[in-house]
Amino acid sequence: MSQLEPSGSRSLDPHLRRYAARAAGMTASEVRALFAVASRPEVVSLAGGMPNLTALPLDTLSTQVADLISKDGLVALQYGSAHGMPELRDQICEVMSLEEIRAHPDDVVVTVGSQMALDMVTRIFCDPGDVVLAEGPSYVGALGTFAAYQADVVHVAMDDDGLVPEALRQALASLEAANRPVKFLYTIPNFHNPAGVTMAVARRAEILEICRSHRVLVVEDNPYGLLGFDGQTYPALRSMDPDNVVYLGSFSKTFAAGLRVGWALAPHAVREKLMLAAESATLCPPALNQMIVSRYLATHDWKGQVKSFQSAYRERRDALLTGLDQHMPAGCSWTVPAGGFFVWMTVPEGVDTKAMLPRAVTARVAYVSGTGFYADGFGSRQMRLSFCYPTPERITEGVRRLAAVLAAELELANTFGPINQRAGRGPQVPGPDIA
Amino acid sequence: MSDLAVAVLSGGLSHERDVSLRSGRRLSAALRSVGLTVDEWDADSALLDRLRTHRPDAVVVALHGVEGEGGSVQTVLEMLDIPYVGADSHACRRAWDKPTAKTELARAGLATPDWVVLPHSTFRELGAKPVLDAMVDRLGLPMMLKPDQSGSALGAQVVRDAADLPAAMVGCLAYGETVLAERYITGVEVAVAVVEGSDGPVALPAVEIEPESGIYDYTARYTAGLTNFHTPARLDPAAAATVAEVAVAAHRLLGLRDVSRTDAIVAPDGTVYFLEVNSSPGLTETSLLPMAAEVAGRSLGDIYADLIERAVARVQ
Repeated sequence: MSQLEPSGSRSLDPHLRRYAARAAGMTASEVRALFAVASRPEVVSLAGGMPNLTALPLDTLSTQVADLISKDGLVALQYGSAHGMPELRDQICEVMSLEEIRAHPDDVVVTVGSQMALDMVTRIFCDPGDVVLAEGPSYVGALGTFAAYQADVVHVAMDDDGLVPEALRQALASLEAANRPVKFLYTIPNFHNPAGVTMAVARRAEILEICRSHRVLVVEDNPYGLLGFDGQTYPALRSMDPDNVVYLGSFSKTFAAGLRVGWALAPHAVREKLMLAAESATLCPPALNQMIVSRYLATHDWKGQVKSFQSAYRERRDALLTGLDQHMPAGCSWTVPAGGFFVWMTVPEGVDTKAMLPRAVTARVAYVSGTGFYADGFGSRQMRLSFCYPTPERITEGVRRLAAVLAAELELANTFGPINQRAGRGPQVPGPDIA
Repeated sequence: MSDLAVAVLSGGLSHERDVSLRSGRRLSAALRSVGLTVDEWDADSALLDRLRTHRPDAVVVALHGVEGEGGSVQTVLEMLDIPYVGADSHACRRAWDKPTAKTELARAGLATPDWVVLPHSTFRELGAKPVLDAMVDRLGLPMMLKPDQSGSALGAQVVRDAADLPAAMVGCLAYGETVLAERYITGVEVAVAVVEGSDGPVALPAVEIEPESGIYDYTARYTAGLTNFHTPARLDPAAAATVAEVAVAAHRLLGLRDVSRTDAIVAPDGTVYFLEVNSSPGLTETSLLPMAAEVAGRSLGDIYADLIERAVARVQ
């Protein structure tokens, strides 16, 4: 055996004691490890929310990008304004007009995806311990942002018409009684991620009025609004209450997610702060990417392209719903989205979707457990199923595999008794259990 | 040596794909740093064509999980007569199946925590409660639950309260059909890498593992800083010698070859309990073999370059 000099103790991270409290949750996890397998083609991934880009005119885009750099390279490859390019902001206003928003381009701030816009909004409004209201369930990326700023998320129930106004009233009343002011309501009104439901138009004015009367700002995140399968759009909350809504938009689902171009539309005073916050984060959004989007909007039939996306996603949704109808065991229920990317499924009592994930990955199918979409640990009986990326045939195969996984897990539940009753974690906010 | 072409296999479809990719990347960089030509290949449907077409001088299996440690890739390499680093397919299977490894080492007189192995079907057919009660009667609490074939602590849990057993069983059985339940031993947790050279298998300095949470689970393993390591382990000379002997004995008794890593617990009375052995040790930034190698004054590249030479010589 080797004779060695002792080297003593060591931590592999000498900075461990220096991290901010908000970094506490940034650790390796089994779930993340399992998703590494989901990226392999053998696995039918119903997990990720990657847009399907196969219909994009790549040859045309390639020529346009080359032309941009050739003719306008000195602008495209240079720093720009934190506000975003004026021509693109004009075009963004035209895009938003499809959902009845009348806006001035000066009130638009272009961001690196709408995720950055959400980060900026949270940065300028939330101190640690502040309360943010969000639908239960809510977008996992938003929950991550709120956690990063140490805001406390209080979930508000949904049903098949989206956020429930009465639940919002109750949440606000109990928070006010506890002397806990709410900074904003974060909502995804259209084709919700992950719930798949859409806020009924009749509810929108009521929800806005509740927020206004309680002096709560509304942050409207609307990445899927143009992806209704019948082409229908809904009036944006921003169109109904311009002074009390910050609207977040994105080209990630209607054009190209990889360009990371999104925006915030905010009341003037908020917009000024957003711009300063954005400047300190990135100086400016990428000029080249903004110019690619702008050129695409100006020269391509982008509305026709969105229609082809709608058609492709409708076909995939139908494949998923048909598969669920055919294969899922009794006791399962799911939402029926009229647009967007996601179905939210509730499984029979006794099954914990997070605990089941390794079995699913072994069976070469992946989903996201519902627990990821709640800040309070709820959601163990739910899962998000994405239909945006795989082909309809692969979706059908994925559902078949998932049904077999669920059957095996139900057998375990029968053997060992209901498992997800054990935790008693967090408030029991009901998910949208609406078959 | 430098004209050897080596293929490092990593990735695969096991639950440890992410760990394996990181092991493969780190090993490949280490081998390139000592002058070897290295290709990094995933274990996918193109692998056999690649192996046949390129016929590397040697393969290093940095796959974890059943593909890399359960003997399946080794069987393929044996069919193709391609030299590779590590144990042959039969020995891999013995080591990968934790109950088999424990049984063989217990028969040879090594201490290992008392254990029972039960498939889901037993609980289903005999009723979960009486079987779980019998497990508690036999092994006591706390109890360690692990899938019988798994790595990186995936699915492993310490159960301290009988009421938590059903949930822990469900979590564990999501990784496989059979559970290995062990008596929980309190003590100093160590990992000992064994590397073969001209003098046979030699133990590198033991690495003592001290997780901040008290449990060396997946998060503690792969989040830098959540575990403190002491190399060599803070053991008295007699215990240090014993853990080295146990690791070399496990390597020999299971018929392992080239490299292995044994995990063990040193109880307060000095007894060294064998837990499990790994025939394809992790080589990530937070893995234990590279730490032991560093303290032994050897680089990862040097160690594996020697092992590659041995693998090539074996078939010449």
